[in-house]
Amino acid sequence: MSQRSTGGGAIVGSFEGGGLPPDDIVVGALRDGDEAMFAALLDTWSRGMLRVARSYVSTDHSAEEVVQDTWLAVIDGIDAFEGRASVKTWVFRILVNTAKKRGVRESRTLPWSAFERDGDVFADLGAAAQGARVDGASGWPTPEGEALAAEVRVLIAEALGRLPPRQRVVITLRDVEGCTSDEVCEILEISAANQRVLLHRARTAVRGWLADYYESVKQPE
Amino acid sequence: MKRFIPETRAVNVVKRFTCDELAELLTAYLEDALDQPSRDGVRAHLSCCEGCGRYFDQFRTTIKVLGDQPPEKLSAPVRDRLMSAFRNRNRHHHDPDRRS
Repeated sequence: MSQRSTGGGAIVGSFEGGGLPPDDIVVGALRDGDEAMFAALLDTWSRGMLRVARSYVSTDHSAEEVVQDTWLAVIDGIDAFEGRASVKTWVFRILVNTAKKRGVRESRTLPWSAFERDGDVFADLGAAAQGARVDGASGWPTPEGEALAAEVRVLIAEALGRLPPRQRVVITLRDVEGCTSDEVCEILEISAANQRVLLHRARTAVRGWLADYYESVKQPE
Repeated sequence: MKRFIPETRAVNVVKRFTCDELAELLTAYLEDALDQPSRDGVRAHLSCCEGCGRYFDQFRTTIKVLGDQPPEKLSAPVRDRLMSAFRNRNRHHHDPDRRS
């Protein structure tokens, strides 16, 4: 999972393996007004930022505004950046805080604290996921065919939308965007154990939905 | 992170897990967050329980397909706006009143 294409443009590609240079270089370049560097960050991280924002707000449009406001805050704040966290963590923390505020304002999502008991929400949503534990453990077709892969992509996107918000953010950052667990803990300010529990519940639920899907593909009624 | 191959060590302590317990440990196992007796217990269980072996494969497949979401982008107008905000910051770098 460490190698993931960033989907970025040519500028990102010009950095080795699609990776960004070390933080001190990034920060120096941004402070010097290096547009190519800013564009590289924009193109590398905005994709993950849009997905994360969507965990908190109701529409694609809101998510994009959250990402936009985040970048504006980054532009404003880069001179004051102290380097206590990585640039990426710093940017994503601004994003999460911006998205939370926006989400609360929209009254579409509940405050973060309302999801402390994710387990209960999971029990409702994940009945199929858990029930399928043994019976559903049959072989899955390899998603080689493009049509199947495309369907699975859609299913995954829907599955993410059905997860409780805390689980959704964690699995999005970890498994969709390829962040490390340390990064996720720092961005969300949660413990490693908590992060692991949320990630595991999310993966278990998504596996269950995938199992249901493969089951339905195999034996249409 | 240390990773031991069990065969190369004399290990007498291997935890035993039920299938349900095993399912709960898979993320911790994949994160290398288990102590050694537990890790060996997971491996031992997986090597002899076909159902859990398949479940584990599915779990990993799930993680893999999660990483296969199509890339998305900021819309061109938003990206343009942000690029010019950055340019603008640069231009008014020493102007305390800069703000769009």
